[in-house]
Amino acid sequence: MAMATDVPKDSFRLSMLIYDTRYRSYTIQIVVLVLFAMAVAWLLNNTAQNLAARGKEFDFTFLWQRAGYDIGQQLIPYTNDSNHFRALLVGLLNTLAVAFWGCIFATILGVTIGVLRLSRNWLIGRLMTVYVELFRNIPLLLWILLTYVILSETTPQPRDFRVTDEMAAAGEAPAASMMIFDTVAVTNRGTNIPAPLFERGLGTLDLGFMSLNLTFWAILAVVVGSIWANRRLLAAARAQQEATGDRPVTWWKSILILFAPVIVMLVAMGFHLEIPELRGFNFAGGILVAHSFTALTVALSLYTAAFIAEIVRAGILAISRGQSEAAFALGLRPNRTMNLIILPQALRVIIPPLISQYLNLTKNTSLGIAVSYLDLRGTLGGITLNQTGRELECMLLMMLIYLTISLIISAVMNMYNKSVQLKAR
Amino acid sequence: MKKTVFFGALAATTLVAGLAGAATLDDVKARGELICGSNTGLTGFGAPDASGNWAGFDVDLCRAIAAVVLGDATKVKFVPTTGETRFTALQSGEVDVLVRNSTWTYSRDSELALDFVAVNYYDGQGFMVKKDLGVSSAKELDGATVCIQTGTTTELNLADFFKQNNISYQPVTVADDSEAQRQYLAGACDAYTTDASGLAASRATMPDAENHIILPEIISKEPLGPVVRHGDSQWGDVVRWTFYAMLIAEEKGVTSANVEEVLASTTDEEVKRLLGASGDMGAKMGLDNDAFKRAIAAVGNYGEVFSRNIGEGTTINLARGLNALWTQGGLQYAPPLR
Ligand SMILES: N[C@@H](CCC(=O)N[C@@H](CS)C(=O)NCC(=O)O)C(=O)O
Repeated sequence: MAMATDVPKDSFRLSMLIYDTRYRSYTIQIVVLVLFAMAVAWLLNNTAQNLAARGKEFDFTFLWQRAGYDIGQQLIPYTNDSNHFRALLVGLLNTLAVAFWGCIFATILGVTIGVLRLSRNWLIGRLMTVYVELFRNIPLLLWILLTYVILSETTPQPRDFRVTDEMAAAGEAPAASMMIFDTVAVTNRGTNIPAPLFERGLGTLDLGFMSLNLTFWAILAVVVGSIWANRRLLAAARAQQEATGDRPVTWWKSILILFAPVIVMLVAMGFHLEIPELRGFNFAGGILVAHSFTALTVALSLYTAAFIAEIVRAGILAISRGQSEAAFALGLRPNRTMNLIILPQALRVIIPPLISQYLNLTKNTSLGIAVSYLDLRGTLGGITLNQTGRELECMLLMMLIYLTISLIISAVMNMYNKSVQLKAR
Repeated sequence: MKKTVFFGALAATTLVAGLAGAATLDDVKARGELICGSNTGLTGFGAPDASGNWAGFDVDLCRAIAAVVLGDATKVKFVPTTGETRFTALQSGEVDVLVRNSTWTYSRDSELALDFVAVNYYDGQGFMVKKDLGVSSAKELDGATVCIQTGTTTELNLADFFKQNNISYQPVTVADDSEAQRQYLAGACDAYTTDASGLAASRATMPDAENHIILPEIISKEPLGPVVRHGDSQWGDVVRWTFYAMLIAEEKGVTSANVEEVLASTTDEEVKRLLGASGDMGAKMGLDNDAFKRAIAAVGNYGEVFSRNIGEGTTINLARGLNALWTQGGLQYAPPLR
């Protein structure tokens, strides 16, 4: 009996670090930790040595020097006299713009396709399968290039829109013409759309390090305010419905609350559209949406939608059949069953993998370099890096920024995920 | 014990890091091959020909360096680099020398820690447009879309030029010459701007070369030349004097065809030193005494290289202009070899 517990307490031998299960996990962890620390130290040391050998020092002040180059698409004011930091911001906003629209389109498309893929209609189901397989099995870069080439090679040159005097005299039409009541022109360079202008805008507020477009923020504030007021209205209506059983009529109040303030504000500020028109080599006036942006956004959306469709399909299939059968038994139509019973439950399964898709899409925007889209990778990690020779600084900064964007997206989506989780009531 | 390993590793790192900056000449000799950073493909300057051999004005300088250092002009590996990747490739030690229409500028000397050792082509930035655009001066390009290669001096000059002339443009920033050509030919850009020599070279490869014109304005100085890493002056000297040897050869009338003949008959002391018949010029630089002679025999003198690759009569058809010898009213001038 006593033999089993007869382990001598004081006889610790070194080999026990490996053979004794009590110590082994500690040994392994410590060894791994030391190796990891050595690897980090080696990297840091190597970097410092090589920087010293090149006579370079680690320094971020280059960000405040004049950039000197121009950027095709800028969402905030920028000239070649701005500094590299401003160029970084322009690039960052270009990245975010693609990511934002990409996530929205990819979600709409992905959910639709995922649901349709489960359709009882044989043809629709098969078509959706073809879509998913086609898009997710061909590299994204090819989709981006293909979209770009189609956009830029099949569309007319700006000069094809021109009506010369001889043509006007002969009554001939130009080779190409504008669309949608002559307000939109698609050329081989981009899509020219009308620009919103204000006769009595609120101007800009200069904060020193950046300037705010007051008109834009004021409109945004009014829209957000209206949406909030509308929710209050609906909540009040629901409370009344629950208390009295009668739901007051809200639709005209909703419309009024949602639209009247914005319209009044737009009229007051003298809102009008500036229509692009051909002047010299290009269309002037309006906003130019370059094909690089369109191609990148479209290709990213189509590609990511294929993955989202699969996630949505898996989420729906994860909900037990009993749920929909119970819904049908209660007399709910298939549409409503999907919207009220299946999707809300499926969301719990769908959201976590959806987050990764959003993160992928955001990081994939850096492929924009292939179509000359100047995103963060193109400005900070491209031209700035090259013109200043600050490879290390630019790369680290770029990694930090992508990391931050990804963490923010994760955090927001995780919050949303929490809110749709099953709540014990 | 762990500590020893750790510091051992640190010491090893230090050693490796220290070596990276040191003698490229010895590295090249030990390797038996020169690694030369070149273009991704610019006909006349540096591009693989139909059978895959690299040829061109810049490529010949690389071959001359290989002949000088290794005694064999074919022992060169060419690494294609874009405007964006070239300096990183040089600094990381991926290439020994960069000969790729690169402009010598102040910030490349200082911030980028590079050494430009000579100017093998005096150039300037120009604009190319299609003839039927009806433009005859760069100042008429107000509102135009312009294709521009990223990571170049030319993208900065372009911004300056349009600002100074108070006109606007829409940049299309592309990665290399072939993408720029594709966009320009497809009409996505009204104008393509880069070094005038590069424009001439691009135009030569276009199917309808006669429909494109290079506008008269030259908006910048672009002294193009071979580049080495900062801090290795011995290697810098080798590259520099290989180039000057080719200039001196032209000045003295030594060509690849007559080099042996001249060596046997010459009475000119500088030519004798150039060809290794007197003095110990090669040895002073850690080379063989007939090193320069081998380069001249292999690729020819500067004038030969120029007229074979880009000179009048070739498809590129560039005049010597600023690149004529100083004795002929140009800027090419080599210090005395003594
Ligand atoms: N000289 C300028 C421009 C150099 C440059 O990129 N040149 C172009 C055209 S001249 C070129 O070599 N392109 C060929 C390629 O992209 O491989 C600089 O050093 O920044």
